[in-house]
Amino acid sequence: MSEKLIVEKIVKGEFTWRSLPPAAMISVPTSMMYKTGSWRISKPVIDRDKCTKCLLCWVFCPDMSIKRLPDNSVEVDYEYCKGCGICAEECPVKAITIVEE
Amino acid sequence: MSLVKQIRMVALTGNEAIAYAVKQANVDVIAAYPITPQTIIVERLSKYVADGELEAAFIQAESEHSALSICIGAALTGARTFTSTASQGLALMHEVLHIASSMRAPIVMAVANRALNSPLNIHCDHSDIMNARDTGWIHLFANNVQQAYDLTLIAFRLSEDLDVLLPTSINLDGFILTHSVEPVEVLPDEDVRNFLGENRYPYEIDFNKPLAYGVMALPDTYMEFRKQLYEVLKSAPRIYDEIAEEYAKISGRRYGKLLPYFTEDAEVIVIALGSSVETLKYVAKRLRREGLKAGVLGITMYRPFPEEELVEILSKAKVVVVMDRAYSYGGVGGPLYTDVLSTLYKNDLKITIADFIYGLGGRDFKISDAEEIFKKAFRALEKGSFDQDIYWWGVKE
Amino acid sequence: MIEIRWHGRGGQGVVTVSDILARSVIYEGKYAQHFPEFGPERSGAPVKAYTRISDEPIEIHSGIYEPDIIIIIDRNMSKDFYSYLDGLKNDGLLFLNLSKEILNSIGRGRVPIGVKIYVADSKKISLEETGRLIFNIPMLGALARIIRTPKLESIEEILKTRFSDELLEYNIRILKRAYSEVEMFE
Repeated sequence: MSEKLIVEKIVKGEFTWRSLPPAAMISVPTSMMYKTGSWRISKPVIDRDKCTKCLLCWVFCPDMSIKRLPDNSVEVDYEYCKGCGICAEECPVKAITIVEE
Repeated sequence: MSLVKQIRMVALTGNEAIAYAVKQANVDVIAAYPITPQTIIVERLSKYVADGELEAAFIQAESEHSALSICIGAALTGARTFTSTASQGLALMHEVLHIASSMRAPIVMAVANRALNSPLNIHCDHSDIMNARDTGWIHLFANNVQQAYDLTLIAFRLSEDLDVLLPTSINLDGFILTHSVEPVEVLPDEDVRNFLGENRYPYEIDFNKPLAYGVMALPDTYMEFRKQLYEVLKSAPRIYDEIAEEYAKISGRRYGKLLPYFTEDAEVIVIALGSSVETLKYVAKRLRREGLKAGVLGITMYRPFPEEELVEILSKAKVVVVMDRAYSYGGVGGPLYTDVLSTLYKNDLKITIADFIYGLGGRDFKISDAEEIFKKAFRALEKGSFDQDIYWWGVKE
Repeated sequence: MIEIRWHGRGGQGVVTVSDILARSVIYEGKYAQHFPEFGPERSGAPVKAYTRISDEPIEIHSGIYEPDIIIIIDRNMSKDFYSYLDGLKNDGLLFLNLSKEILNSIGRGRVPIGVKIYVADSKKISLEETGRLIFNIPMLGALARIIRTPKLESIEEILKTRFSDELLEYNIRILKRAYSEVEMFE
């Protein structure tokens, strides 16, 4: 069974102590399986005109939900963004606003 | 025996013997914080590193808590890792001890057993390691300097075994063994190299193959991870036996999990940990000459506790004395006593038994103490019972 | 098995000499054990160290309470030897850092008849040979002569692992001189 499959089973609750990897050392990023975007009650919206591409939002996002594009502009990954608002707080030019979902 | 190659007998203290074994094991990382009576172990190792005799990273941490944390990080990169501590230092490591075992970090640590404060005391007892006994480590006890050397080498092999991957502590009595000069047969470097082989830690930190370490596990998975630890510790003794057997072939010295001495037909068996085992053996030999059926049982592997072997040996005895160099305050007895008592009960063995708390804070365990304790046990054999279950031996009343 | 207790003061090499004795014996392929008695480590404080020597492996790991031999390294303690004889066997040996003349003036007091007393004037020997006060190694030389173990060459080998240059040379010189000058006190 591939490690990915094992992890998918773990997420579904199909495991025993034997099938769990030792000390939970796993190579599959399980956080990807949890689409936390649905937790959101408000969302960040980026004003591209104001953005200076400083990437502070990308650095500070605790859930790696700010995607960095090749030209260093950024967009929000709404599949995972929980709407915590840290990006808006950190943005030095107020290019990010939090709006009701 | 032709299998045993040319043997080198050298004079070493317990601390020197361990440092020498660690050097021969060619460790990669040593992280430690100095504390009496183990200081000389890391002092020697730092000298080996400084003199270019050992190619390793020697890291002096700012505390024992950090020292062991560094060791975990090092072990998870696949480095052969060693640390050493005692007493308060081991106590300060406490939370990290649990993390080391549950993250399956194959660290070897020497513990120069010393009393805990307060009152301040730098001398030997087993309170420090008994405080750490339930942390998921493998705990081995040396009875003399030779064993301290041998068990250190065995510990690396055991810890790094792919079916084990657990940290191991080597316990040696503070001052009594750490600072005693004794003759030690050391193995040639080449034999040590062949015996230990490479550390093949399978989960090494590698940026090209990222792994998650030390993750959070909630109530739906946590218990399964603890069951893993329980199971791996249950299988460790079998692997220890194989490794000890292999070590016997190259060294001529065989270390069972238990070291029985005259126990086959013994009516009285005294069980102990550490250097007192040797003094007890000396006295048992004398008593045998007087026709008394005295036996001694030394415990090399204290955790995992060798339950089956213990039952086999004790089942023939009529009186058992347990020597505890620590106490479980507020508990039913000393830690070793509690282990033996539970084992006997589980196996329906009703044997006259008593616990002797002795040697706390370095109070010497004299030949006369061993003689008197045997005498008490033989009196209990006649009477069918001891006059109390827990003796604070030698305490001034 | 021979059991030895060493007496002296912090800084005089009491622990060192016991350690060197054990290592010299083991160097010869025999069995020995050395262990110090640790109290507060202060220069000048009374210090004890212990050595066991045997032809067979030594199992005992407890203190020595009835030594066969007591060796007093410190000069003033040697003069006050009666205070340090606790447990000495009735046929034991006592080594003192004194000249025969000084011990004559003190006398053997109530030391049991069976106890043989040996004197080596470590103070004089070390002052004459080195200009310094080194009390421990001469007493080891004296002991080696009387109990015929270990050989001087073995002690020299161990000294070489601990000292170098002038200090090594000094130690070997005073070791040998005490070996040849030790005397029994009748």
